[in-house]
Amino acid sequence: MSAATDDRYDDVLIPVSALQHYLFCPRQCALIHVERQWAEDGATAEGRILHDRVDKGGGDRRRDVRLVRSLPIRAPELGLIGVADVVEFHGRGAAARPFPVEYKRGKPKAHRADEVQLCAQGLCLEAMFGHAVPEGALFYGEVRRRRAVSFDDDLRALTLRIVQETRAMFAARRTPPPVPFKGCTRCSLADLCRPATFQQPPSVRRWLERQIGA
Amino acid sequence: MRRHLNTIYVTSEGGWLRKDGQNVVVEVDGEERGRAPLHMIGGIVCFARAGASPALMAACAETGIAMSFLTPTGRFLARVEGPRSGNVLLRRTQHRIADDPVRSAAIVRGMVTAKLANQRTVLRRALRDHGSGMDESARTAINMAERRIDRIGCHAVMLDDVDKLRGAEGEGAQQYFAVFDFLRRVPATEFAFTTRSRRPPLDRMNALLSFLYAMLGHDCRSAAEGVGLDPQIGFLHADRPGRASLALDLMEELRPVLADRLALSLVNRRQIEAGDFKVDEGGAVSLKEEPRKRVLTAWQERKKDELRHPFLGETMPLGLVPHVQALLLARHLRGDIDGYPGFIWK
Repeated sequence: MSAATDDRYDDVLIPVSALQHYLFCPRQCALIHVERQWAEDGATAEGRILHDRVDKGGGDRRRDVRLVRSLPIRAPELGLIGVADVVEFHGRGAAARPFPVEYKRGKPKAHRADEVQLCAQGLCLEAMFGHAVPEGALFYGEVRRRRAVSFDDDLRALTLRIVQETRAMFAARRTPPPVPFKGCTRCSLADLCRPATFQQPPSVRRWLERQIGA
Repeated sequence: MRRHLNTIYVTSEGGWLRKDGQNVVVEVDGEERGRAPLHMIGGIVCFARAGASPALMAACAETGIAMSFLTPTGRFLARVEGPRSGNVLLRRTQHRIADDPVRSAAIVRGMVTAKLANQRTVLRRALRDHGSGMDESARTAINMAERRIDRIGCHAVMLDDVDKLRGAEGEGAQQYFAVFDFLRRVPATEFAFTTRSRRPPLDRMNALLSFLYAMLGHDCRSAAEGVGLDPQIGFLHADRPGRASLALDLMEELRPVLADRLALSLVNRRQIEAGDFKVDEGGAVSLKEEPRKRVLTAWQERKKDELRHPFLGETMPLGLVPHVQALLLARHLRGDIDGYPGFIWK
């Protein structure tokens, strides 16, 4: 592939992690992935350290389960790329079935962002290995518990829809205006985003007139 | 909220900075003079012949610590830039809008209006605090200048033309500097100020102003880079090779608040005296090394003063204002707000 087509191919690639950001808040997703802004706080640092630990090891093997850490994954048809924290291969040889496990700092959440991220990993693994990947698991650091997630039709449809919406936002290169919600208080980008100020900003000209007393 | 972090100024000849673990260590002639954790530092400014290790430069680039090298008088020489600086989409937008006089006007209007408002406030505060001790003629002159600047400001906020806004800024500066010397309360003629002179400054007050403007320029340049803007592409200041026009733009409204007032109070409180300057054969005036440290300390202290940000309605240290203004400008370019809300000091 020539360098030019390579770059164009790059344009439409969506990191699997962006789907989770998009589901949490489309503006946060755009700030990180379109504007390339990043701000570290306590929570992101903890997450990074947790992942550093996961990222460190290479492989591992327990009976009929082979463990691969930090596996680069992709689904060219969907334009998805990413790195899976851990992929277990259940069974032996070429018949082994991939089973993604994603490590999360907190605890299970009401929204489906983590499940969508995991399902997207499943879709990548299906594309890469040609096997059905019917399920995976989320491991939550706070409760130290593993929860199986079935990639049913509902979750697959939701994941594909989020991939499309995220791609449209990336292509438009536009950052949507903020829609403040309770998640804002734990968002590390709150200072850059300023949801309260930019949700319904005043007319700057009228604001200036008032300030100067014109 | 992003924290206002300290800036390290290295003024000693033969100063050397290096990284030790997660700390920055300052050595002078091989002897350790100071050490601070990197996460407590927002910027490092090296004057003259101070050097730094590549490991420290890499750590600064990685963590967003602005590291600059300046001449002893504060002229910019070089800075450290890492792979993560800037945002090409934002820069492209900035370039496009800088080429569009209609869209630039919404930005320049905010800058000029705020600068005029802040000059007016400096004069008003001087009258309020010290007016009773002034000569009748001085009081009258400041009063008139203040009212003229007020009128220019009320007119500027209606303008949609960058050149006319630049004209308003020039008129305001003329009025302001014409009465600036009346704000000086020490009789010493050594500090007499007639007009703004630079490159080089030709009197002590100008030397002090120029040095403080250079420090402010450094902070504004770092602020622009910190939010991904191109410091070279200005709106009020036209492009000129080698000039950080956007940093100059961001400075305009902050000069009266951060630099002019500080220069006046250093002189009026006799923290800086005539003997603290040297005058070369050509008439150029500059600060001596030891007084320069005193000015830097005062500058750092001034940046800790807390105030309420007029647009965001939050209390913050003055030192954070350049960053917040750069952020507001970036958000305007990104389409979040329909203009640039300049920093108006009350």
